[in-house]
Amino acid sequence: MPGAIHAEGLVKTFGDVRALDGVDLDVPEGTVLGLLGPNGAGKTTAVRCLTTLLRPDSGHATVAGIDVVKHPNQVRRSIGLSGQFAAVDEYLTGRENLQMVGELYQMKAKAAKARAAELLERFHLADAGDRTAKTYSGGMRRRLDLAAALVVSPPVMFMDEPTTGLDPRNRQELWDVIQELVAGGTTLLLTTQYLEEADHLAHDICVVDHGRVIARGTADELKARTGGERVEVVVHDRAHLASGAEILAAFGKGGQVTTEQHTRRLTVPVTGGAKLLAEVIRELDARGIEIDDIGLRRPTLDDVFLSLTGHRAEEEKKDEAGPEAEDSPKDTKETSK
Amino acid sequence: MSTVSQAAEARVPAVSGGFGSAVRDCLVVARRNLVRMVRIPEVLIFGMIQPVMFVVLFTYVFGGSIQVGGSLSTSAYREFLMAGIFAQTVTFATAGAGAGIAEDMHKGLIDRFRSLPMARGAVLTGRTLADLVQTALTLVVLAGVALLVGWRVHTNAGKVLLGFLLLLLLGYAFSWIGALIGLTVRTPEAATSGGLIWLFPLTFISNAFVDANKMPTFLRHIAEWNPFSTTVQACRELFGNLPPGYRTPDAWPMQHPVLASVLWSLVILVLFRTLAVRKYRKGSA
Repeated sequence: MPGAIHAEGLVKTFGDVRALDGVDLDVPEGTVLGLLGPNGAGKTTAVRCLTTLLRPDSGHATVAGIDVVKHPNQVRRSIGLSGQFAAVDEYLTGRENLQMVGELYQMKAKAAKARAAELLERFHLADAGDRTAKTYSGGMRRRLDLAAALVVSPPVMFMDEPTTGLDPRNRQELWDVIQELVAGGTTLLLTTQYLEEADHLAHDICVVDHGRVIARGTADELKARTGGERVEVVVHDRAHLASGAEILAAFGKGGQVTTEQHTRRLTVPVTGGAKLLAEVIRELDARGIEIDDIGLRRPTLDDVFLSLTGHRAEEEKKDEAGPEAEDSPKDTKETSK
Repeated sequence: MSTVSQAAEARVPAVSGGFGSAVRDCLVVARRNLVRMVRIPEVLIFGMIQPVMFVVLFTYVFGGSIQVGGSLSTSAYREFLMAGIFAQTVTFATAGAGAGIAEDMHKGLIDRFRSLPMARGAVLTGRTLADLVQTALTLVVLAGVALLVGWRVHTNAGKVLLGFLLLLLLGYAFSWIGALIGLTVRTPEAATSGGLIWLFPLTFISNAFVDANKMPTFLRHIAEWNPFSTTVQACRELFGNLPPGYRTPDAWPMQHPVLASVLWSLVILVLFRTLAVRKYRKGSA
């Protein structure tokens, strides 16, 4: 049975750019799928197709069992969308924003009002509820935007880069809200550039690059692909790098030790976990090599991205200044003309 | 924070759609735009200052040197002029609608609206209705200023009211041109200038400020069929502001200006509303 969000072979082109190049997705009910990739990878385009904002050129998608192309208005009843840009009206108060959204979901004015009050309370915005959204901080706006997406408690939620640009405290707060939501049974598709975020929130992850899904699986499965754990040692004295590397080589699986001269760091892939780490420490100690730091390092999703694409997720963002082209609403328009 | 399950009671009502809810959607959006208008009063105020300046400038700077019809009196031009300025003012609502919609697109609000199960034309209709209210307010102020500088009507209240209704209809039709521009351009700034540039030739190659009879033949034909001219001519007739000795051109719209004005406005309204709503539905991105 297809999941609450299901897509097969989604293609969307803007001029020469294939923003989506045959994307398949399936999100079982009550789970979270993280769509992970750099700017311009096609994440936002995928969300826009699934939320009926954009019509795919080809392919097929259902949300809550409803075809997004054939019955967009029915899909809209079952979804909540929280965007990359906090889509609230700055000149309305938080309360007015939520009330307006409720009324546009065809709620009665009184019910919309009650719901707005409830959501303001829940998102810690009650005190600011009667101030215009213009006066809100970035985090507050984001919470208001999320609240607007939750006015009718939709069974399926889409969040496009929910925490981009937020400070760590606000990010953590938003994560808590999202986790609470999912605990309540909501199905969620979330896009992010932050590997940590996908790791933290998503049950399954699809890594997207150039409009294609290049890898999928749980965070652990993806990490396992990059070759498991490594021991990392920072020696105190640069002169000890060579002898340290020799010792590590003996513990390493393939014996390949990476040496970073300037940070005095040695890395080697291992199997054996904590027990092995203890042995490494004893051996180094026995040979009189003083260490500043030692640790067992599990691969991050950044390592996964690097090994899959040959570049780091964060780097690409800086390299290609333009690629926002395909992800930001104002520029997509340009290409669709 | 309270639990999520508590919220689950707020579900989308099963029944929706239909004409009643479409009207309600339009009104909800219109109310939102009116609230904004009250909170950003400078938009309304500047929108009023401009036509008031036109009234004053044209009356006192050009008024002495422009003769219309057979009359040599300056008050004849003053009365002749006002319908032109009223009509120009209502068409300037185009820029407001365009800029507002472009800004909503830019900020992502249009995406929010498009993801909601609301009537498709409601975002644009709500916006244009709010602009209509703004236009009406501007006209009231402008008429007051016109009275102060010596404009008078010489007919009955019914005709004067009809004249103002024609002006509002023209303004409403033009705001849909603005809506289409707003959905097409990329920034609010572009929508403002894009909403204004073509209005200048449109309002100047018309009978709004001068007697079109005196234009070269080619321009005169354009001016006589210009939708803008028909409303101006209709208002002059309805206000009793045609100068003595003025010869009404033979062109059909000039001979039947009220009917022509209604027809033109309806054609513009239907055409641009259809185009704008289609563009909105299709998605601008």
